[in-house]
Amino acid sequence: MKPLALGLGVLVAALFLASLVIGPAGINAVEGLRALVTGGDGPVPLVMREIRLPRALLGLMIGASLGLSGAAMQGYLRNPLAEPGLIGVSGSAALGAVLAIHTGLAATLSLALPLAALAGAGTGVLLILMLAGPRGGAITLILAGIAISALAGALTSLVLNLSPNPYAASEIVFWMMGSLADRSMTHVWLALPLMLGGGAALLSLGRGLDALTLGEDAAEAMGLRLARLRLSLVLGTAAMVGAAVAVAGAIGFVGLVVPHLLRPLVGARPSRLLWASALGGAAMLLAADLAVRLILPERDLKLGVLTAIVGAPLFLHLIYKTRGAQA
Amino acid sequence: MTLLCLRDLSVRLRGRPILSNVTLDVAEGEFVGLIGPNGAGKTTLMRAALGLLPHEGRSSLAALPPEARGRKAAWMPQARDIAWPVSVETLVALGRTPHLAGWQGLRGTDRAHVDRALATMGLEGLRRRTATRLSGGEQAMALIARALAQDTPLLMADEPIAGLDPANQIATMAVFARLAGEGRAVLASLHDLGLAARHCTRLILLGEDGVAADGPPEAVLTPDNLARIFHVTAHYATTPQGPVFQPLEVIR
Repeated sequence: MKPLALGLGVLVAALFLASLVIGPAGINAVEGLRALVTGGDGPVPLVMREIRLPRALLGLMIGASLGLSGAAMQGYLRNPLAEPGLIGVSGSAALGAVLAIHTGLAATLSLALPLAALAGAGTGVLLILMLAGPRGGAITLILAGIAISALAGALTSLVLNLSPNPYAASEIVFWMMGSLADRSMTHVWLALPLMLGGGAALLSLGRGLDALTLGEDAAEAMGLRLARLRLSLVLGTAAMVGAAVAVAGAIGFVGLVVPHLLRPLVGARPSRLLWASALGGAAMLLAADLAVRLILPERDLKLGVLTAIVGAPLFLHLIYKTRGAQA
Repeated sequence: MTLLCLRDLSVRLRGRPILSNVTLDVAEGEFVGLIGPNGAGKTTLMRAALGLLPHEGRSSLAALPPEARGRKAAWMPQARDIAWPVSVETLVALGRTPHLAGWQGLRGTDRAHVDRALATMGLEGLRRRTATRLSGGEQAMALIARALAQDTPLLMADEPIAGLDPANQIATMAVFARLAGEGRAVLASLHDLGLAARHCTRLILLGEDGVAADGPPEAVLTPDNLARIFHVTAHYATTPQGPVFQPLEVIR
């Protein structure tokens, strides 16, 4: 396990550094990093501290959030097709953000959009906890999540449908594609406590998720408190994914593909997959964010579009491989 | 010493009474075979005794906090769930879960228990293999080893020998009998009455919403009990090779 942790750690560190030194401003790498650390006046420290640092930090945090919550969700549901959006939190967070854009709140107050998204995520969590009940199994959670996602999706479509002009509609559509461009340190500070809290909740589930390998009955008989585990899972995932959607929009496939990709490397143990997927998710999102800056820098390629374009074929390949192994 | 104590245990599922007023004790040294026709409530009895089902009455295990219960009784459900392609060794080591605190990893004693469980079930050769790629019978053996690694005074298993070949069936029954001989207790639901008669120290026959008979095999497997609960006739003989039991015909 040590080489994998080391490898992923080095990869994340390298991509984080690359994210800091690569950008349209064309700042010399050494000069930029020095300005980042020492500060001072002028455009270079400003670009490094106010534009590139939050972007790199958010890439790291959001990628880790999506990877970790994806691994936790797959571990709990014992299904490699589960992803963090399954419990409906991404959908309801997006609805909150879309409402903020539609009502014009987002234009008048800079934090209105992420706060509205968080409120949407909170509503989604309350709904899912009410619907799925305190003692329900995995199936009720999935069904409740599907219902909430569908409702949030329908309401988002309704907002688009009723949008007063094409500009408002296109703003909503572009926001929903997900991006890390033009975010500030305020976004970092807004998301960080939620992601740290959610991350701590999810990382504490390792042993329980391992035990669930044997099924809910056997795990419960070994002393696992299933209801408590499920509550931690839902709240932790909601905090991490809600915060991620609030600051960056919907970014798909990271939470689905990363755990799938890393599972064979950790001996398929759900507990080890948690931290590995957190690192892997951070690496994937940092790499994707670098790619959108390098491939079409002038066209503002959206991050969520790229992760889906890369993620979907990767996922198809994995399914193809699984099929081969089963045959 | 009593390892499981049930008093007036009743279970209703969806308003239907499954078990009514079951009272029984399982003491150390006993290998109890839980027998009864399909739907008699064997699984329900064991799950309720563990506190995994809502029930009325008292069960000494269900009264314990979950962590403590995990150190008193191991449970092998009928469904052979292995969700992820983990190695056999990892799978068996999951049995140590109730003995580990917080973030603690496997200690030397835990590894020793895992090694012993693998050796007991004859799985040393498969320890690095992926559990989900084993045959159904091998998976069942690995899951029994998992329950053994839990190292509890009481082992409860739901149809542990279903789907095993004759050698593995007999070996598994011998392992359970040996555990009982070491001062532990085993409560296992069984459909093979012949093996139950040969290896169990005691049989509990479930039927008619409760315990229909309870005692040593020869006292439970009477023609009258078999006709009333199982609707079969059978041949039961005590031979120099031990008791032999063979069901013969269905009574309509």
